[in-house]
Amino acid sequence: MTETFRMDKAQARLLDETGQGVIGTPMDRPDGPQKVSGRARYAADGTPEGTAHGVLVRATITKGKVAAIHADSISDLPGVIGVVSGPEFIRNPAQGMANAAPVQPGTRVDYHGQPIALVVGESFEAARDGALRLKVDFEAEAGADVDPDTASEVETGDPSAVGDWDSAFDGAAFKVDREFTTAAQVAAAMEPHAAIAEWQGDKLLLRSSLQMLRFNKNEIADSLGIPAENVQILAPFVGGGFGSKLGIGPDAVAAAQAARELGRPVRVVMPRQAVFDSILRRTETTQRVRFAADADGKLRAVGHDDRVSNLWEEGFAEPTSSCSQFLYGADALRFQQSLARNHRTPTGSVRAPGEAVGMLTFEAALDELAEQLDIDPVELRLKNLPDTHPMTGQAFSSRGLAECLRRGAEEFGWSARGKPGARREGDWFIGVGMASAGRPNMLIQASARVRLEAGGATVETDMTDIGTGTYAIFAQIAGEMLGLSADRVTVRLGDTDLPGASGSGGSFGASSSGSAVFLAARKIRAKLAEAMGCDADELTLQDGIARGGNREMAISDLVQSEIVEEAQIEAGKTAESHFSAGYGAHFVEVAVHAWTGEVRVRRMLGIMDIGRVLNEKTARSQAVGGMVWGLGAALTEEISHDPRTGHIVTRDLANYHVASHADVPAQMEVSFLDNRDDEANPMQSRGVGELGISGAGAAVFNAIHNACGVRLYDFPATPDKVIAGLEALGL
Amino acid sequence: MKEFTYARAETLDDAAGQLDETARVIAGGTNLLDLMKLQVMAPEKVVDITRLPDLSEISAEGEGLRIGALVTNSQLAEDHRVRSLYPVLSRAILAGASGQIRNKATTGGNLLQRTRCPYFYDPAMACNKRDPGAGCAAKEGVGRMLAVFGVSDDCLAAHPSDMAVGLRALDAEVEVRSPDSSTRRLKLDELYRLPGDRPDLETTLAVDEIITAVVLPAPEKGAVQAYRKVRDRASYAFALVSVAGNVTLTDGKIARAKLAYGGVAPKPWTNAKVEEMLVGQAPDEALFRKAAEALTADATPHSDNAFKLPMLRRTLIAVLREATGLADASPGTDKTKDAA
Ligand SMILES: Cc1cc2nc3c(=O)[nH]c(=O)nc-3n(C[C@H](O)[C@H](O)[C@H](O)COP(=O)(O)OP(=O)(O)OC[C@H]3O[C@@H](n4cnc5c(N)ncnc54)[C@H](O)[C@@H]3O)c2cc1C
Ligand code: SF4
Repeated sequence: MTETFRMDKAQARLLDETGQGVIGTPMDRPDGPQKVSGRARYAADGTPEGTAHGVLVRATITKGKVAAIHADSISDLPGVIGVVSGPEFIRNPAQGMANAAPVQPGTRVDYHGQPIALVVGESFEAARDGALRLKVDFEAEAGADVDPDTASEVETGDPSAVGDWDSAFDGAAFKVDREFTTAAQVAAAMEPHAAIAEWQGDKLLLRSSLQMLRFNKNEIADSLGIPAENVQILAPFVGGGFGSKLGIGPDAVAAAQAARELGRPVRVVMPRQAVFDSILRRTETTQRVRFAADADGKLRAVGHDDRVSNLWEEGFAEPTSSCSQFLYGADALRFQQSLARNHRTPTGSVRAPGEAVGMLTFEAALDELAEQLDIDPVELRLKNLPDTHPMTGQAFSSRGLAECLRRGAEEFGWSARGKPGARREGDWFIGVGMASAGRPNMLIQASARVRLEAGGATVETDMTDIGTGTYAIFAQIAGEMLGLSADRVTVRLGDTDLPGASGSGGSFGASSSGSAVFLAARKIRAKLAEAMGCDADELTLQDGIARGGNREMAISDLVQSEIVEEAQIEAGKTAESHFSAGYGAHFVEVAVHAWTGEVRVRRMLGIMDIGRVLNEKTARSQAVGGMVWGLGAALTEEISHDPRTGHIVTRDLANYHVASHADVPAQMEVSFLDNRDDEANPMQSRGVGELGISGAGAAVFNAIHNACGVRLYDFPATPDKVIAGLEALGL
Repeated sequence: MKEFTYARAETLDDAAGQLDETARVIAGGTNLLDLMKLQVMAPEKVVDITRLPDLSEISAEGEGLRIGALVTNSQLAEDHRVRSLYPVLSRAILAGASGQIRNKATTGGNLLQRTRCPYFYDPAMACNKRDPGAGCAAKEGVGRMLAVFGVSDDCLAAHPSDMAVGLRALDAEVEVRSPDSSTRRLKLDELYRLPGDRPDLETTLAVDEIITAVVLPAPEKGAVQAYRKVRDRASYAFALVSVAGNVTLTDGKIARAKLAYGGVAPKPWTNAKVEEMLVGQAPDEALFRKAAEALTADATPHSDNAFKLPMLRRTLIAVLREATGLADASPGTDKTKDAA
């Protein structure tokens, strides 16, 4: 057993001492050419000999049970092999890090769109034809709750609060008290969910598009009732996840079950509509945000209550106010959540769960307070930055929010901002807005192995690369630590037979799993120092040369036989003593058409503090991608549910509007503070994947107000809502 | 997709001869194939017309233009004659779909593309257009994209084409070939039917008729043409509302106004009253507001899409302002060049 490194105290900043100079650089992804030339093997690629194809069949009732599945209704169709269903089938994907099977409802139906059976055919086309024509009898129960606004079962948690909230709020001279709504959203990853399952005896080999293999292995084993050691999962490339592939999905379980029954490999690719129907989505929310302040802008009370929804027996509730709890200080703070139960496609983690919707409203309400106080929104934020965590009293690890705000304002030209409606170009109102960004940073248990041979190094872990750049970053970490150029490091990922990593989720992947790589490499450095006869901190490794103890030697000569080290890391005392989070500031310019209500974002600037930057290019891509998500949340993204069945009506990418290229401004700028987070992990880095979303959409909303004077409280700001706002102002 | 047979037509006669109730023409396939995959449409036979000669050209016809039915949307939008003499058509086409789809989509197919009502696309939901007599799930369902004019109790769906709206403002005609080899020409208004109690019947074409061309009349010199489409994102979304304008000013007065509206009706919509109100008048915002009010006076929105009324009024005003010089022209508004 490898001993576990616990993050109990800050570590020396070794990556600032090493001399290779590859860490932090904007290195291209080594896997890029494979991806753009179609050679990267995604889940559904490379079908094994004899594979059958499965297509999932959905429930077309909202609540009730499957009374009968008439397999004979399609048995005459050419190419149809049969219908598979059974107690193994899962109702929906596992929630992130569930580590056990999700709900297996048997014949019970809990939402319209639930996968209830798999039609298997010799070809995908035959299976799809069968799936669309299969006759199923349902026994529907009337009166299912499908609307969170009118749900009969609502679980309301106790408020978490500090200070005497009521008197702090009531006694203040300036107040904002607003109700907001945000639309339900989906992850809309480019690669739909897919799996190929193949059995060798009682061993399952599963290729599937998944983010967290260490957990997924247990989830599928539990779903199928087999020991986890009999499962190997491969996911070397994942075409985007955004949370929607955290847990094992219905595609994988159905493929495995069908392959077991048929005795041949089975491939299940979910059509886009099925992804909408049954993959965990982001909840719609209703939020009440309250601020109270003195005339000088000092916050007296902060309140953020929210109502989210989920299906019964799902443990997830969008942590809407997570960021609101530590961004600003006040005499009193209060947060309370309600969870409405309803029969709709269940909700789960979608990129930046919590901040993605909570920061929209929180930062928009703060803009309204700034207007009321007649204080610059940047100033108002700077005035209220706390010294310690306002709820827990913990010390903060490094916290660059003030610098992000100041630098952003400077670089953007914020001081040129005018009053609402002051700037016009033809029929377009022009305005600017800003918002803060925040996202808690986590260290999740992770293991990795590093091998050093004469020719170079190999990194091995079951960590995934979901398009984020893991292959690049691990090559950089190992290369930096071992004095090798990154092209001499081979990175092997996405295989559960390799050491179990954190997986990709919660923005913790690169730093958590990367730290395991770092620690394994640090152990190798100790061995090399020993071989050189010097202390570890005397050793320098650069371009294949080891120096130390007045000696110089080629690493390839030093490594007589392969050196293999494995390391495991987990959070320790620093996670209790210190609160670690990423921070940022967004600045946005928009144009609002005075007649048609169309909003066009003209430029976006994000200044981010993510501790040490591991790769400037992949980090920037994450930040930009996040900001585009924020733009989408503010302007375009919205799921509509049928008011009678609860079924998702906007179930393809023509009707569910992720931001298109034309929505994204050419001027999209990101820069990072040169910071270190000593308490986060031994690399002093923090997560970046979700930070870019946090607050970005609020900055767009605030810019709409600055442009034309319209304040909206219902996200997204589609043209109909902007027009209603303009008409209410007599415009 | 249900099994079907495929036939490649070599001549128009051959194509027409193969068509009956159970068959469908395939051109670009960008709409038909999607619907077949979902089994919303399930023809037993698909007749491929893409190899037919002579349907892929844009040629002069009198003072106007003749556009073959197989001319792709990309080809049509980029044609220099269209861009300079009928810019509203280029603008309308480019406001639709994506570059990839426009490269495949054809002129005939675009006109006959089917509605984007989400319930039409979901065979689990009742739809009179898909399955006559089954009922209309959209009526009490999500109705953001539905029509506000020309609807019936049996169907509220909107026609999704942008190109057709541009063509309507240009008074284009559709040339149709019947199996007896005769051809006839239809105004767009004569091509499309309103749903009434048969929303499955969308056009006046017989099952064995083929669209061979669209014919544009001589362009109006000095007209200002504009296409403005308001949608839920900046590109690659169907119209919430759109307005095609083709307006000529003479001596400071509106001499001629051709206006067509998209996203609001089962076909490109027009309203002669509105045009009459404008003609002979000096452009003025108050006049435009009155015309816009008249336009929406008899609309019958669904509970989810009453927003289309103010949106349509305001978009019309925006187009008229730009077309008559009350506001600076933005991209989407062009003055036609003189015919060469
Ligand atoms: C994601 C997406 C977004 C889109 N967005 C837009 C948009 O914003 N605006 C817009 O206007 N359109 C949009 N479209 C629709 C697109 O314009 C149409 O799919 C296309 O124009 C259809 O042309 P086609 O040649 O591919 O038709 P096909 O799919 O081949 O045919 C469509 C129909 O027309 C019939 N047909 C074709 N040619 C003839 C003929 N010559 N004679 C008789 N019948 C014929 C076929 O039988 C079939 O019923 C979008 C499509 C997609 C998939
Ligand atoms: S509006 Fe028309 S297309 Fe839509 S469901 Fe009703 S009948 Fe079908």
